[in-house]
Amino acid sequence: MTYETVSAFAQTYGLVYLFVLFIGVLVYALWPSNRERFERAARMPLQED
Amino acid sequence: MNLLSGLLLVLGAIGSLLLAFAASDKVMTFHAVLLLAFFAIGAYLVFRRKPAASIAGYQDDVIRAGAIASIFWGVVGFLVGLVIALQLAWPALNFDLPWTNFGRLRPLHTSAVIFAFGGNILLMTSFHVVQRTCQARLAGGWAGWFVFWGYQLFILMAATGYLLGVTQGKEYAEPEWYVDLWLTIVWVVYLLVFLGTLWKRKEPHIYVANWFYLAFIVTVAMLHLVNNAAIPLSLTGTRSYVVWAGVQDALTQWWYGHNAVGFFLTAGFLAIMYYYVPKRAERPVYSYRLSIVHFWSLIFLYIWAGPHHLHYTALPEWAQTLGMTFSVMLWMPSWGGMVNGLLTLSGAWDKLRTDPVLRMMVVSVAFYGMSTFEGPLMSIKAVNALSHYTDWTIGHVHSGALGWVAFVSFGALYYIVPVLWQRQRLYSNRLVSVHFWIATLGIVLYITAMWVSGILQGLMWRAYDQLGFLEYSFGETVEAMHPFYLIRALGGLLFVLGSLIMAYNLWRTMRGDLREEVDPMATPAAAAAAAS
Amino acid sequence: MIKHATLEKNSILLTVLILVVVAIGGIVELAPLFYLESTIEEVEGVRPYTPLELAGRDIYVREGCYNCHSQMVRPLRDEAERYGHYSLAAESMYDHPFQWGSKRTGPDLARVGGRYSDDWHVAHMIDPRAVVPESVMPGYPFLADTPLDYANIADHLRVNGLLGVPYSQAMIDNAANDLKAQLDPDADGAEALVGRYPKALVRDFDGNPDLISELDALVAYMQMLGTLVDFGAYKAEGPNLR
Repeated sequence: MTYETVSAFAQTYGLVYLFVLFIGVLVYALWPSNRERFERAARMPLQED
Repeated sequence: MNLLSGLLLVLGAIGSLLLAFAASDKVMTFHAVLLLAFFAIGAYLVFRRKPAASIAGYQDDVIRAGAIASIFWGVVGFLVGLVIALQLAWPALNFDLPWTNFGRLRPLHTSAVIFAFGGNILLMTSFHVVQRTCQARLAGGWAGWFVFWGYQLFILMAATGYLLGVTQGKEYAEPEWYVDLWLTIVWVVYLLVFLGTLWKRKEPHIYVANWFYLAFIVTVAMLHLVNNAAIPLSLTGTRSYVVWAGVQDALTQWWYGHNAVGFFLTAGFLAIMYYYVPKRAERPVYSYRLSIVHFWSLIFLYIWAGPHHLHYTALPEWAQTLGMTFSVMLWMPSWGGMVNGLLTLSGAWDKLRTDPVLRMMVVSVAFYGMSTFEGPLMSIKAVNALSHYTDWTIGHVHSGALGWVAFVSFGALYYIVPVLWQRQRLYSNRLVSVHFWIATLGIVLYITAMWVSGILQGLMWRAYDQLGFLEYSFGETVEAMHPFYLIRALGGLLFVLGSLIMAYNLWRTMRGDLREEVDPMATPAAAAAAAS
Repeated sequence: MIKHATLEKNSILLTVLILVVVAIGGIVELAPLFYLESTIEEVEGVRPYTPLELAGRDIYVREGCYNCHSQMVRPLRDEAERYGHYSLAAESMYDHPFQWGSKRTGPDLARVGGRYSDDWHVAHMIDPRAVVPESVMPGYPFLADTPLDYANIADHLRVNGLLGVPYSQAMIDNAANDLKAQLDPDADGAEALVGRYPKALVRDFDGNPDLISELDALVAYMQMLGTLVDFGAYKAEGPNLR
């Protein structure tokens, strides 16, 4: 295994893979139907002890 | 369940008794006796007590114990830090003895503040937060107590080991193989207690603070197991050799070391921020969506940053470049989290004026922002060439450790003690203010002294005279550090004093005392009425 | 019940996702170090530590010297002039654990071997300020009086051997004898020792031939640091990936 093969792989497929992961997180966080769930969740610390 | 855990404890007691007799060195005998005491007392308690009549409500006793342990270890850890700071200013304070020299006390300081103080804070707050946000009692019955006392035993074995010269020689991972194994057992039970409580939750959604706690627990387990892989010389002796060597060990170590910062001192304490800041400010976190993006990007990016501790070393350059790149990118989620924490107060900024506890938490988040800006800066190779090996690194660590980790911990303690001891309020809010200012002054003295000494020493090392020779001998650069070491020690002294004030204040709060003072948290009208 | 099961699954799913996400960076950075041939370039002269040096290194680790001393010279102009040739990965390839350090409260020690006399080291360890007035180093006078415990030195070599350090069976079998022989040039085994460990320095290091002390071992270790590779003959080869 040489440095060149590893870096070539990382700089192409690796980049795409990580970018897709990031988009996935963004979509989950911003998905409109999740809004209500998250707003409810945000109030969880404020419930009475 | 009780019978099973009791039997396991008895087995442990027998095992440690055998180990005490078979041990091939004195430290192993000593630690086997500690283990024996742990198992024997544990077995006695498990068999003597009937199952609690009521298991309704939250399990708060273990959290109260965690609060006391945190305060204790905090004071101890800060005090040892002050001692070693003084040793660097006046080397005679090493006393030329094996167990008091800087080389053995420095790991004691770092482990005491990170693992003993920080670790107990994380145990305590995670048990508190997970119960409250799941509206469920802590899972596992005795298991919570096993985690608490097992963790204290880990601290005790690690700390006494250092003083007696038992160390693995890896920074922030000094405990030897058997102490590491013990921590692994405790940690697995901790994970199960945490997950078990999540399984009992009434809400379908898992609150984001628990995500951070879970990431902290899981990742620390991974780091701990890989970095500490070792082969002991014998199963009855303390000494082992780490499996990794040279350049591979260096990166494994700093992959571990940097993520001890990232997951022990950041993810875990961000969980504290995400619960206690909203709780104290009485408003939900600024943006829950941001907190999700914050979480995934932070844990993903942090793990890559380790190689920035090895710039310009024999580590391959591609690894250094990766480490630097990800460290710079890490600035974004860090500041995303900071903004999220700070803006939680939008519409409630006036509380900063009246509530010293909230002020402490908010300033901790500001320090978090500062040190997560400084970190990426220092990870840039050109900057690192100057800063590496100098006190600048020490200053950077302490701006994060004192300003962020300790302050947010103090905030959580000031919140949690009156709640769990069911007191109306703290003994004294004035003393919280005094603690806040004295500790802040201490931090400012500390980090400015280290900035100056670090940059000064870095520049002196590379200074050339007109003839092209190195201008300063190493000894001259050491001599130039002396005034800054004094200022640093003064800063440390102030920080210790602050922690003692906190200990006093919280002790009086636990006792149920109330200092007569105008309650700054009351509305102005109520305060005026109380004053008249 | 089904609902409860899904809830449980969610937290397991979260745990697994976290593990996957945090594992990526470590795998991508760490794994290639074991497989890429360019990580450690081969260099003439690097050999395993002699039993005495290994025992000295053990004391170096025990006393936490790495808290203040690095063993990693960076390829920067001032460091080359102050400490010598930049450190090569091969020079620490048998170090379990590595001792590169992270702080220079004291100077780098990667090439301290041969820089000072044994007498200087002995005086310095007993009272650092006697020889370096501005030093802030702790004194270690007890090392000179403490007998070196080398009863299980063969085990030390054996375990290092298990971990890939090329200790031969002869080295392990002769470990205790080699340790003693390194302190006495007239000993029978001295020649065999140097045969097994080229460039090993053979002499009484702490100036007290009556006692095999911890200081003997520590000075032996420090006097060999950075002396194994002949940089007069060394040429950096290959693409600059380091």
